[in-house]
Amino acid sequence: MAKEKRPKQPMPPLKVWLPAVVTGWLIPGGGHFLLKHRVRAGLLFFAIVGMFLFGLMMRGAMFQGQSGDLLTIIINWGGFFSDMAAGLPYFIATWLGYSQSDVAGHVHDYGTKFLVGAGLLNVLAMVDAYEIAAGRKN
Amino acid sequence: MPKVNLSHFEAALLFAFFTAVVFGVVTKRGDREQIRYGLYVFGCFMLALFGLGWLMYFGHG
Repeated sequence: MAKEKRPKQPMPPLKVWLPAVVTGWLIPGGGHFLLKHRVRAGLLFFAIVGMFLFGLMMRGAMFQGQSGDLLTIIINWGGFFSDMAAGLPYFIATWLGYSQSDVAGHVHDYGTKFLVGAGLLNVLAMVDAYEIAAGRKN
Repeated sequence: MPKVNLSHFEAALLFAFFTAVVFGVVTKRGDREQIRYGLYVFGCFMLALFGLGWLMYFGHG
């Protein structure tokens, strides 16, 4: 039997979801806080900022956009955007001069993954904040 | 900023913990469901961690 197509939901107005998403990007969990989901906001802040701080303490490297072959471009630009997705923690760290070169060693390597992972988890939190703000989740 | 020196296992454990917290919060709605799903995700990470660890151990010969 053919699967029934779900009707496409209309895009909610920008002013409904944009403040929550932008706040959520800059301050992990901030979008949920704005939407009065305080406990969730606290848990998200704790997990994302905690992961980011551990990434810094493990001296992980921050990605920079690079040109070259396709794989190099995808990895470096993808890593750069993922790092930046962590929001203010990323900007504060770079403004304060955090700059760790990519060196060998499992601790540094885990640190780099922690920094990227924190950004990607923040993207998930932003999507969740969008869905709550748009009324698609209660 | 202090420097931490973690083993492979400690770093993977920490990564699994933080990821499980976020997955639990964003995926499920009710408190009980969130905790249950967070624990499930953490368990899956641990299973993969030990499974791959033993696989690499035996693969090495």
